[in-house]
Amino acid sequence: MAAEEKVLACRAVAADQVVNKMVFRFLSRSDNVSLARLLASAVAAERDTTVAELDEIKVAVSEAVSNAIIHGYDNATDRYVEMTVALTPRQLVISIHDDGKGIEDIAQAMKPDFSSIEQRMGLGFAFMQSFMDEVEVNSELGRGTTVTLRKNLP
Amino acid sequence: METDIMVKKYLHKDWLWVRPRGELDMSSAGDFKFRICTAMREFGCRNLWCDFSQLTFIDSSGLGVLMGRYRELAPLSGQIIITRPTEQVYKLLLASGLHKLMEIDRPLSMKLSKEDM
Repeated sequence: MAAEEKVLACRAVAADQVVNKMVFRFLSRSDNVSLARLLASAVAAERDTTVAELDEIKVAVSEAVSNAIIHGYDNATDRYVEMTVALTPRQLVISIHDDGKGIEDIAQAMKPDFSSIEQRMGLGFAFMQSFMDEVEVNSELGRGTTVTLRKNLP
Repeated sequence: METDIMVKKYLHKDWLWVRPRGELDMSSAGDFKFRICTAMREFGCRNLWCDFSQLTFIDSSGLGVLMGRYRELAPLSGQIIITRPTEQVYKLLLASGLHKLMEIDRPLSMKLSKEDM
């Protein structure tokens, strides 16, 4: 393909079309949290992301996967967390899914709670929201939770 | 995963000095907390000095441990100081509001870039 044609082909990709996608499925072990955030940031690094942006992505993924293990699975280590990392022309889209117990009141769960001191100060969702551009939570009691994180890319 | 944590009693004014190396998340936060609590009891310290120069990552699990130590030490008039944080860690300390409760040093890289300009 000539260079000119290649440029045209790139432009034809719609803004929300997935250009690359990876799915990772791993045991709900706490030591997999670091691996998950590393994988997500490695995919994001395909683009011209800054070190600060990669750090933000790592924190958001760390919080979402920790939530899945701690709240979704009550720290059970034999369940599975599924992380999908997709790149569209403008965004990095990360979904973190567990088949755990689900969240009864999503709005309540997303509020920072400084009284639960040892339990991460309730900052998990607050960090996801401040470090990503969009956070979407879908949950069904007894069925599980999916958190979708979106970050606009340069 | 176990974080490599160096703990020693600083001889002045019952300070405990800790320097965790690596990353503090839900897999290492429990060990970090245990090492601090054990040493503080053993040495009878009520002030905590965290050297975060070797800490490359922290999330809410690690911050929760610091908050927990603050809640424990504040009634004893103990204090916590954090020195030499990396930029990622510094940013999270500010985002969590912990800088209002403890003395936190600015990262060396931020100091340098400001003075250089």
